[in-house]
Amino acid sequence: MGDLNEFSLPLRLFLKAYPWRRIDPVPWTPLGKPLSRCKLALVSSAGFVMPDQPPFDEAFKGGDPSFREIPSDADVSKLRESHRSEAFDHSGMQADPNLAFPIDRVRELAARGRIGGVNRRHLSCMGSITAPGRLVTQTAPAAAQRLVEDAVDVALLVPV
Amino acid sequence: MGLVAAELERRGITTVSIQLLREVAEKVHPPRALFVPFKHGYPLGAPNDPSRQHKVIEAALRLLEDASLTPPALVDYRE
Repeated sequence: MGDLNEFSLPLRLFLKAYPWRRIDPVPWTPLGKPLSRCKLALVSSAGFVMPDQPPFDEAFKGGDPSFREIPSDADVSKLRESHRSEAFDHSGMQADPNLAFPIDRVRELAARGRIGGVNRRHLSCMGSITAPGRLVTQTAPAAAQRLVEDAVDVALLVPV
Repeated sequence: MGLVAAELERRGITTVSIQLLREVAEKVHPPRALFVPFKHGYPLGAPNDPSRQHKVIEAALRLLEDASLTPPALVDYRE
């Protein structure tokens, strides 16, 4: 069960007290056409990087707000998982990155026509960012722009 | 991730987020979230289990298709 009781007492207290930013108003884009005609992109906050990409900066105060592009034809076994939190078990997604970045699954969905297609690139960011100011004002809008340019219709976001 | 989802929705991309902590979703209000009963690090259930991963993804896709939902939509996943 994904609840706070998985975590240590100090982390539970931090999460309880953390000033989460409420999204208000909540933006809402209804699906404009059947999923079988929609192009899908993945967004993962597991901190996955490709072998040839720079790692996320662990020294970045409040968490590295940058994004990496994961190409659609990426070999999932080559992805390196680098989520900064040591508060949970990383072994599952290290054994199978699809657990948190299901690129093989969405390719299968496209192959059987459940979705219209898989975008040529996907977004990977770091989770557990405690100072999201720059993420909100700069890096997330820039990352979103890439998916807009690709005419992506739907996004599946997978945190860890 | 809710903040990223909101940015995408503002730009015209329909989103659904897997959600592991109900408390966080209730505070942040991501547009569409599927609350899953899995532990952290296991957002789609189990590694090397494509069938189980597909069931979670399919439940998320159905939120995209459900025209009766209103924002913020937080729906429980049931296995």
